[in-house]
Amino acid sequence: MAGTKQNGTGNLSANGQNGYKVIGTRPVRPDGVDKVTGRAVYAADVQMTGLLHGFVLRSPHAHANIRSIDTSKAEALPGVRAVVTAADLPEAPDRVEDLGEGAINLKYLSDNILAHEKVLYHGHAVAAVAAINPHIAEEAAALIEVDYELLPPVMTVDDALAEDAPILLETLRTDSMGEIGTEQTNLASFFRHQRGDLDAGLAGAHLVVDRTYRTETVHQGYIEPHAATALHSADGQITIWTSTQGSFAVRGQVCEILKVPVSRLKVVPTEIGGGFGGKINVYVEPVAVLLSEKAGHEPVKVIMSRADVLAATGPTSGSNIRVKIGVDTDGKITAALAELYYEAGAYPGSPVGAAANVSLAPYAIDNLQVDGYDIIVNRPRSAAYRAPGGTNVAFAVESVVDELAEKLGMDPAEFRILNGAKENDRRPDGLQYAQIGQIETVEAIRDSDHYQSPLEGKYRGRGIASGYWNNWGGQSSATAVLNPDGTVNLNEASTDIGGTRASIAMQLAEAMDIEYEQVKARVVDTDTVSYNDVTGGSRTTFATGLAAYNLGQQLLKDMKSRLADQWEVASADVRYEDGTFSAGSESVPFVEAAGLVQREEPLMASSTVHPQDFGPGFSTQCVDIEVDPDTGKITILRYTIAQDVGKAIHPSYVEGQMQGGVAQGIGWAINEEYIYDDEGHLLNASLLDYRMPTALDLPMIETIMVEVPHPAHPYGVRGVGEVNIVPPAGAVANAVYQATGVRMDKLPISPANLLEAMWAREAEAAELVPGDD
Amino acid sequence: MQAFDFVAPTSVDEAISALAAGGGRARPLSGGTDLIAQLQEGRLALDTVVDLKRIPELMAISISGDGLTLGASVACHSINANQAIRDAYPALIDSTHLIGGTQIQGRASLGGNLCNSSPAADSIPNLIAHNVTCHIAGPNGRRSVAVEDFCTAPGRNVLEIGEFLVSLEFPTPPANFGAAYLRFIPRNEMDIAVVGAGASVVLSDDKSTIQSARVALGAVAPTPLFVQEAGDALAGQPVSEETLAKAADLAKAAARPISDMRGTIPQRNHLSAVLTQRALRIAIDRARGTKTVDELGRLNGHG
Repeated sequence: MAGTKQNGTGNLSANGQNGYKVIGTRPVRPDGVDKVTGRAVYAADVQMTGLLHGFVLRSPHAHANIRSIDTSKAEALPGVRAVVTAADLPEAPDRVEDLGEGAINLKYLSDNILAHEKVLYHGHAVAAVAAINPHIAEEAAALIEVDYELLPPVMTVDDALAEDAPILLETLRTDSMGEIGTEQTNLASFFRHQRGDLDAGLAGAHLVVDRTYRTETVHQGYIEPHAATALHSADGQITIWTSTQGSFAVRGQVCEILKVPVSRLKVVPTEIGGGFGGKINVYVEPVAVLLSEKAGHEPVKVIMSRADVLAATGPTSGSNIRVKIGVDTDGKITAALAELYYEAGAYPGSPVGAAANVSLAPYAIDNLQVDGYDIIVNRPRSAAYRAPGGTNVAFAVESVVDELAEKLGMDPAEFRILNGAKENDRRPDGLQYAQIGQIETVEAIRDSDHYQSPLEGKYRGRGIASGYWNNWGGQSSATAVLNPDGTVNLNEASTDIGGTRASIAMQLAEAMDIEYEQVKARVVDTDTVSYNDVTGGSRTTFATGLAAYNLGQQLLKDMKSRLADQWEVASADVRYEDGTFSAGSESVPFVEAAGLVQREEPLMASSTVHPQDFGPGFSTQCVDIEVDPDTGKITILRYTIAQDVGKAIHPSYVEGQMQGGVAQGIGWAINEEYIYDDEGHLLNASLLDYRMPTALDLPMIETIMVEVPHPAHPYGVRGVGEVNIVPPAGAVANAVYQATGVRMDKLPISPANLLEAMWAREAEAAELVPGDD
Repeated sequence: MQAFDFVAPTSVDEAISALAAGGGRARPLSGGTDLIAQLQEGRLALDTVVDLKRIPELMAISISGDGLTLGASVACHSINANQAIRDAYPALIDSTHLIGGTQIQGRASLGGNLCNSSPAADSIPNLIAHNVTCHIAGPNGRRSVAVEDFCTAPGRNVLEIGEFLVSLEFPTPPANFGAAYLRFIPRNEMDIAVVGAGASVVLSDDKSTIQSARVALGAVAPTPLFVQEAGDALAGQPVSEETLAKAADLAKAAARPISDMRGTIPQRNHLSAVLTQRALRIAIDRARGTKTVDELGRLNGHG
């Protein structure tokens, strides 16, 4: 079924579409005024009486044993109230738990908070100080003496898998499809997805392209650094104020790390300045609690610097990827192989599993094999980043697809339509698709003004690429309080990163047939509602929105029931239409009814959900670029993204997600990378030298929202936050080929890398003189 | 950040005393856009910071038939807002417009940029192209140094303990003079030059021949690099792409860059030639009156 399309940012009408009154409109977000006036409280803005300031001492080495730590000089400095090291942490069991967005071994989790026997990356936290001001805390940290025994750093897949590679984690054994190895290793796990007959499919191919790629470590680049304030009260109650994608994920991790029951810890989420997956793991939160307890139950605030954020949080994996795809003479894919080697950082847990699902997802393929390797290296522990693992592998797959289409003489959009996955096709791991919109996104790009317009000029090129993300359902809970004046307080605990207070309130308003302005949505702490999974996996507008829909249904049902009692009719005889309740001759508008039904007893509703049937998202994107042949610098001339958004609840925020994902993907494609020296020191831990795009580096990103409603949600919602970052690197690489004739086999396509690739191509061309075979 | 004493003298002599008293642990402050960041990041530890902005001579702009004398602490914004400077030295704006954003330009000074002595400083190749003389005050009185001789190593310069830069003197541009500064950065804003190139030319009256030229490079050596041989090779030559290419090759030959996180040796060698040639083209266009500052602003990444 073809979806409907909304182009650009034009539709600002107050009326929604398809019979909706609220859904599809663009109201002001509830947090908007505070944010634009600077009044919103972010993590570092938390203030309270007697506040102490923490500072974390970090490892100057990539890989070293800790022989000893002497904190006596720091403790003696006037103004210092507490110094903590890993010795202050309870012993952590070697056990795997699911505490955020994926499983983590508790020993590794604890070890990443404060290093125990070893430091595993430059920037690894080693000790922390609380003092009466931040300057004394920093000064005291410099007085802590750590005796390190240096070990050789292991920085890449190749280093880690080398025969005589130094071992990072003594007890690690390879988990190979459930079988546990016996040797020490840096390979944490291996898996394989397989179907059909790969060899036969490749043997029968008319054309096979087989390429290998390298991508570098990149960071989520959220604008707000991590910060947490903790108060460990004398009665044992703990409160943490922090900026996080999941207050319950913080509660879960901190309780495991510090061995306290959940009833003793309340997490209060502040406003959040971006997360993109990087604000799920805890870093400074447990440290602030330890410091608060040791400092005599005074509150302690720990703020990360930008350098700390880049060196010790976030990043997502660098990777080595091989892709081999065969096609028949018609251009149908006969078989595909993908081998994914992902760097997890210092502890197991790269997104290679998700990457395997993304890898060949946009295509219908009978014969395939996808191998995944999770490898540890002396870089920070990798964290989720927007469609984790997807951009790396889509860069590789979409480059091969582009080369196949070119060699076949096919339009790259037509190639993707011919091979496109649809309902009942299967993802690489076997999951069967319900209704999806991959082909519709390719058609939307093919038919777009952008793709249809000519691109002229030397060193200019156009590229397209597709991408997939599975999205998520997860658990949500929320409550709604009906006020006697006809407004509704919506209490939910999903961190609002991208406008979800608005998009969830809109679903409640739609469900109750009231105005958006009648709903007051707020994000509450972990003591106020029941469990909520993180804002991640593009699940919040879908799942917490579903809870809000249920709340609306519940409140209306209860209102009807109470009116029925008052009117002495059967509940089923009370009708609610156009904002008015009626039965027989009785009739009362919603606002009045809200007071009427609460004369004797107040009314509230609660809802908990755990939907399993979440719809995946697809996106196809088109980019025009120009390359300066003398410098290798890429200018993005025009960019269009088509994305299957299910149903856009608040179109402006959906477009914002689409544009944001593309912006990050372009950064990943052309400039962002972690740069290390030979000893494993991170050299570019600043936003000056970790080069994310600025506003001057991007054009206006044109959006085409393709609405293929998700059948398992009352309003057709699909997650929209992540798939948009999957295609950009592939699209840019394909455009670079059109512009220069160079097929880039690595990211970033930075000026230095592209210049070198163009030189190599020129040198090759010079050797191939005519007539010389 | 460690605590330090802050002194704000109102005369050159007081400043000399304060700096001399502090020895190696005292530093002058103009805009502070480098100094304060270095203190905050622990790259520098000081006992005393001496603010020079209350000394009238350090904040003075004097432009006349004898040229331009610019106080060392004059903020880039004050230069950008001065129409007489824009008219007489339009190429100077190439640098003052791209050092930081608007807020930073309200503090950052050319004197500070020079005294920070980064090999990649965006003003120094331009100052060399403009044949600037540095006037220095210190415990032993005053002295002057050609700007190309000011920097001695990354972050180091000819200033002795107790000395500081008072002013920069620009000669009056001769007839048919044009100059330009260009840098290469991977983004379009918020970056340090991978390579920078400053160039100036004096053309013959019919504007077909280069009478003299100066070329300087940034970020390709331990100090900003005056490439005298490139300028010499242009003297007396007709304006042509071939002539410029020859000078560009000489600039490339003079470059002795390192590979670091901002660029590689082959990239920087290559860019030395590319940017020299482009900067010379713009300088010539300006000498001929055919290019505006605004167009150059776009080239330098201020769209």
